[in-house]
Amino acid sequence: MTDTTQHALRELDRVVIRFAGDSGDGMQLTGDRFTNVSALFGNDIATLPDFPAEIRAPAGTLAGVSAFQIHISDHEISTPGDAPNVLVAMNPAALKANIRDLPVGGTLIVNVDSFEDRNLAKAGYAENPLHDDTLKGYTVYEVPMTSLTIQATSEIGAKPRDAERSKNFFALGLVSWIYTRPVEPTLEWIKQRFAKNEQVMNANLLAFKAGYNFGETAELFESAYEVKPSTHLPGTYTNITGNTAMAWGLVAAGQLAKLPVFLASYPITPASDILHELSKHKNFGVRTMQAEDEIAAAGAVVGSAFGGHLGVTTTSGPGVDLKAETVGLAISLELPLVLIDIQRGGPSTGLPTKTEQSDLLLALFGRHGESPLPVLAASTPAHCFYAAIEAARIALKYRTPVILLSDGYLANSSEPWRIPDVESLPAIDVPFATEPNHDGPDGTRLFWPYLRDEATLARPWAVPGTPGLEHRIGGLEKEDGTGNVSYDPANHEKMVRLRAAKVAGIATDISPVEVDHEDGAEVLVLGWGSTYGAIAAGVQRTRARGRKVAQAHLVHLNPFPPNLVEVLRRYRKVLIPELNLGQLSKVVRADFLVDARSLTKVQAQPFKAAEIEQAILECMQ
Amino acid sequence: MSETAVPVTTKKDWSSDQEVRWCPGCGDYSILTALQMLMPELGVRRENTVFVSGIGCAARFPYYMNTYGMHGIHGRAPAIATGLAVSRPDLDVWVITGDGDALSIGGNHLIHALRRNVNLTIILFNNQIYGLTKGQYSPTSEVGKVTKSTPFGSVDQPFNPISLALGAEATFVARTHDMDRKHMMETFRRAHDHKGGAFVEVYQNCNVFNDGAFEQITSREARPQMLIPLEHGKPIRFGPDGGRGVVLDGQGRAKIVDVAEVGEDRILVHDEKRDEPGLAFMLSRLAKGPFEPTPVGVFRAVDRPTYGEAMQHQLVDAQQRLGPGDLTKLLHSGATWEV
Repeated sequence: MTDTTQHALRELDRVVIRFAGDSGDGMQLTGDRFTNVSALFGNDIATLPDFPAEIRAPAGTLAGVSAFQIHISDHEISTPGDAPNVLVAMNPAALKANIRDLPVGGTLIVNVDSFEDRNLAKAGYAENPLHDDTLKGYTVYEVPMTSLTIQATSEIGAKPRDAERSKNFFALGLVSWIYTRPVEPTLEWIKQRFAKNEQVMNANLLAFKAGYNFGETAELFESAYEVKPSTHLPGTYTNITGNTAMAWGLVAAGQLAKLPVFLASYPITPASDILHELSKHKNFGVRTMQAEDEIAAAGAVVGSAFGGHLGVTTTSGPGVDLKAETVGLAISLELPLVLIDIQRGGPSTGLPTKTEQSDLLLALFGRHGESPLPVLAASTPAHCFYAAIEAARIALKYRTPVILLSDGYLANSSEPWRIPDVESLPAIDVPFATEPNHDGPDGTRLFWPYLRDEATLARPWAVPGTPGLEHRIGGLEKEDGTGNVSYDPANHEKMVRLRAAKVAGIATDISPVEVDHEDGAEVLVLGWGSTYGAIAAGVQRTRARGRKVAQAHLVHLNPFPPNLVEVLRRYRKVLIPELNLGQLSKVVRADFLVDARSLTKVQAQPFKAAEIEQAILECMQ
Repeated sequence: MSETAVPVTTKKDWSSDQEVRWCPGCGDYSILTALQMLMPELGVRRENTVFVSGIGCAARFPYYMNTYGMHGIHGRAPAIATGLAVSRPDLDVWVITGDGDALSIGGNHLIHALRRNVNLTIILFNNQIYGLTKGQYSPTSEVGKVTKSTPFGSVDQPFNPISLALGAEATFVARTHDMDRKHMMETFRRAHDHKGGAFVEVYQNCNVFNDGAFEQITSREARPQMLIPLEHGKPIRFGPDGGRGVVLDGQGRAKIVDVAEVGEDRILVHDEKRDEPGLAFMLSRLAKGPFEPTPVGVFRAVDRPTYGEAMQHQLVDAQQRLGPGDLTKLLHSGATWEV
């Protein structure tokens, strides 16, 4: 492969690239590869995969467009970028669906071969946009990717139809040249990934090299660009998605608690990858069960928790609704379990592959009866690892179901993660009951399953197989202490209040909310969940204008950190950005009588930093 | 688990201190007694025994057993018990359910627990009525059943629980009834000793909302004429002096005949170990309802690996292949780089 010295090499501090094509074009794979090579190179990265719910929507249509946006930088970044600087469009539909996001002056690289009548018509273009002034203001590179790929692969006798499928690697090669990405890791990856099919492996290698060399020799591009490695804290890094981090966090929680992990789930987008990932790690003693439905998955987890395992179920969208009854049972049984909700656009089936934060009120209140439970939310892909451990810790210590919220954006996007020293992770102490805990009237020692720990209000966890502690629990109201069925009115009120007090008391056992404060700041931006990156970027932009603003981000949403009330009172204005219609702000207003201002967005896409910045500035007026 | 000998126990040891609150005269009492009397004979420990139930009259059962127990939510007992049984293969897990619980709201969980062959003993109290909600028709009520919710008679076809379990390819399927303690104990013992998902339908009288539903076949006088005992390896005969029997007709259907008319040689010999469930299914269709001669006993008892065992094998296999889990290794298993 030739070097790039004959071209000018320009330095960029950051760039946002979006690959867009048909869902059969392999755009997610291309984006993923570009991400990994950039991460290995040492850039800071943030990604935003965006794909349709249909596995293969009709080729060439707008509905079938799949895109992957990646932000690479030589400094710390927290979002996949508000808008791309470069759009790679593999067909007219990809152009049409994405061009509105490309700011004027942006770079557009199109696969010109696909701009023929049929595809233009499918995308709804009456005229070829490459031939009129539709793309005025953009730097457009028309590259015959399909034909060059076919040409490049003809030497190994690939049929044009098969060869064409390698064109995403041509695009990857070309963009790799433009941004001076190292080549070897991708070549090596192609060899491993397609080892089982030599023909495909060779076609992809040739296409990739052809794309790279095209950039070098075609003299179409004035220069290549360089984005230098970012200065991270020293350590070993890996690129990780939220779902993988979540799965690894669950494995870690099992190890830290010295309990076997039992995961039962029903396949649902975008949560399924956690089931897939955990299913690989049976050597950790992790049992995974693909249940017959969402309800059974939750039920099986309750059963495993009764048996003394760390029970987890993962789901999304309507799956959360279906599990509500079983979660209520776990609240009444006071057994630990973790329900992970990868939020997606709703209501109903909604937008299965797109992100939203609209399940907060459901997590907090979505069960009949007085049924409080701890709720947590992960804020970045890597944070999912720590959030899973924290959710398990609370569940096990307080013998309660815990809902951990992630979302479609966190699930699939990735960031570099400094791998922690396993020794530094805190052990989770799980004391099973082994002895009777109460004296009967005649002096015999008895086991009372609802005799609580005075400090935590948790009830003892006695697992079957322990002699002398045989007991019955159930969803009927039970008598304080003995756990026997009780319809006594005063006892019911006592139990309702005890269960609520137990959950509320967890506030003393969680980290206070940290505030990124600036002296003179009068506006606090309060967020939760996956909006962390966009809010941090919006706050930075505001500060870059010389304006003072504070930021705080909640991980614990029930109970809230005990210092939250004091933090809220410290600022004249509180702005709460959420990807819903104002769910946290409703709770904050109700709980703290704070006149919080809500910034909401429900476009199934993350916030842009500019949107946050603008809202902060408006708040300051 | 203790290595010492299983202590000798009596019925009393297996009875909890809770007052039994079924209606006086309910068939559930005799089932409870049969199980409490059977437990000391099974050679099992109280601490390793768990009763799991859903919702309904039958579902109160775990409260009355001095073992571990969980009174769950409507229909979900097989799912809860599945999670427990596969997490803890050392336990003896029983599911107590009713016709509404198992076949209506929990139908999905029942068939999947059976097809997976989870190591559970599932006892279905079939009284053909909703008792706890005070008398609506159930998925086993006969067509035309007049109840509070069907004042003009029900119009939906009932399930035959035995046919359903066989259709789900349960590895153990049996039927007994609440008027015969000895038969119940023997059937429950077989079900308990079976490795895998064992399903037992118990014809159970609800004396308040559906009194006498099974009287035509289960009363002491009717039994010899109306109950067809299934015994492995023996010709299927019933009636005084075994005068009646079951044959397969030319169309491959099971049919009741007079033994004298067709000759003893033609009488079907019961084979509960037949891998193919078709013949057992045919037997389950012999009676259109509890007013015709009805087979009782074990329809099917075959060996198949249990779900929990298979899951356990995969864990052991993975540990042998990959070594015990190493968290540090896992966290470094993707592409990594140093800064």
